[in-house]
Amino acid sequence: MRFSKGDESEAEFSSPPLQQEESIQFVRGVSMAQPEKIISTAANYRVNVKKRKTLITPKNAPYFFIGPSLILIIIFTIYPVISSFILSFQEVRGAEKTFVGFANYTRLFHDPVFYKSLLNTFEILIVQVPIMLFISLLIAVGLHSSIVRFKAFFRIAYFMPAITALVAASIVFMILLDEHFGLINYLLSLMGLEPIHWLTSPFWAKVSVIVVMTWRWTGYNMVIFLAGLQAIPKELYEAASIDGASKVKQFFLITIPQLKPVFIFTVVMSTIGTLQLFDEPFILTQGGPNSATMTITLYLYETGFKYFEFGYASAIAYILVIIIAVISWIQMKWVGDLEE
Amino acid sequence: MKSTKNISSKIWIYVLLLVGVVISIAPFYWMIVGSTLKSGEIFHVPPKILPGDHLAENFRSFNDSLGIVKIFWNSLFIAVVFTVLSTLICSMAGYAFAKFRFRGRNLIFFVILCSLMIPYQVTLIPLFEMMVSFNWLNTYQAIILPSLASPFAIYLMRQNMKAVPDSLIEASRVDGAGEVRIFFTVILPVVRPALAAASIFLFMSQWNSLIWPLITLNSKEMFTLPVALSSLIGMARIDYGQVMLGTTLSTIPIMIIFLLMQKHFISGILGGSVKE
Repeated sequence: MRFSKGDESEAEFSSPPLQQEESIQFVRGVSMAQPEKIISTAANYRVNVKKRKTLITPKNAPYFFIGPSLILIIIFTIYPVISSFILSFQEVRGAEKTFVGFANYTRLFHDPVFYKSLLNTFEILIVQVPIMLFISLLIAVGLHSSIVRFKAFFRIAYFMPAITALVAASIVFMILLDEHFGLINYLLSLMGLEPIHWLTSPFWAKVSVIVVMTWRWTGYNMVIFLAGLQAIPKELYEAASIDGASKVKQFFLITIPQLKPVFIFTVVMSTIGTLQLFDEPFILTQGGPNSATMTITLYLYETGFKYFEFGYASAIAYILVIIIAVISWIQMKWVGDLEE
Repeated sequence: MKSTKNISSKIWIYVLLLVGVVISIAPFYWMIVGSTLKSGEIFHVPPKILPGDHLAENFRSFNDSLGIVKIFWNSLFIAVVFTVLSTLICSMAGYAFAKFRFRGRNLIFFVILCSLMIPYQVTLIPLFEMMVSFNWLNTYQAIILPSLASPFAIYLMRQNMKAVPDSLIEASRVDGAGEVRIFFTVILPVVRPALAAASIFLFMSQWNSLIWPLITLNSKEMFTLPVALSSLIGMARIDYGQVMLGTTLSTIPIMIIFLLMQKHFISGILGGSVKE
């Protein structure tokens, strides 16, 4: 499936190689059904375009096209990545930098808040990603079934949270989850339940972060699953029906295996996203209560930009790089093994 | 017998789907209503579900504390300039990768793919030091420049430009069009849907971004909407009417773009996730 292209242009590209005249006509947007006009436009085109001397030749053109991106990437990505690696072995005091060897890293391994932030991040990851992906898959399968109508409406409605700023979403939920006056505790009280200390108890603060993440990303993953479901060839199901396989059996024997690549993609993306979690705890709880929602990125932000310990913060950043690299590697290997 | 079972399962599916829709959308409705209420009314029990008459008042107090028009303008200016420049630069790079063979191509492409996987947190501190040494704190360029060359957008454009037939480019060359002219008048119009998808993705990520603007902007006049919102939340006495107006303002523009162009929106975000 190709998403980034309209059906119209796709059809035109898949047709056999175009003749020269036709391609010009295509560019100028003249319909193929008018041969005389094609010839005249093609002629005009030739008259209009005179050969001019130019600095950019087919030979140096690729460097011209890639130049701006490459320069920006070197300055704003490659240099910082290297610089941050060096920084992680330094102590920064104002303008002064001194090499301290592995001191930042040894300090990290004795830092209870860092351990807490690692543990929190993984707890959230292990609980949130499976719940969210399960709900996403459920909605996607429901929406994909032939009996449901108004699919476009549902898709738009479910996708809506994914476009809002995380800050805005977190603030709205912060107010909704307010212990004393929030709407959610009010609804719970209508059902005769006790109010929950959403943002002030260590356990529920984590739940709150998970709730906001799930609200925001479920529709996003649902759309990816839906695209995956639509890409499964219908003949597979037809053949299975003829062979007498039940709907449930079809789901487990056709849908799930066919969806595997999409599924792995969503797992990898959600994992990396969760490891970089920042906006939600920053707004909802500022990492509290008692560091219960401190995440790696939030801790990095605090050490770097609240206490200005640049060397130490860079060490945190590099640990995050290593974790993401290892997890990505495991997941890739897992994909590879499955495909063999 | 079978048909009644079908009808009841159909009703169940719709009920569950609609519950999901309510959960997805209700916070938006409540947020918009909240922007028209007094700070205290937002916590009214039972909750107010109809708009109040406090919108103008919230606007005025927001404007008094942070300069709402300037903040909205900052967000819009940064997001639009960023989107235009980034779409241009990334589609140029994508074109080079898709249609040219040149020395170093594989190496450069490998580097770009790698930078797609590197967490942005690693670059934060050196970038901040860089901005300090350029004296760029509180400037538009500090927000716009570092993320202009988006590896994701480059990849997206490359994938789409590969589908453009070489004969089209050859024909234009034979006709004497220069390389730059070919790019702007032949290639870009053909990949318009991909351009739309990439630019929507870039606009959204910039419009919503918090951490980098939070680090580089510390004067109120330069705040973007997300930074302004986080500063409102940090105040000793939070004026929830203002806050709700702020969240509404940061959501409405992107919501309108989304509703108008949702097809491109979704394809921009799907990127290369689902392969043929």
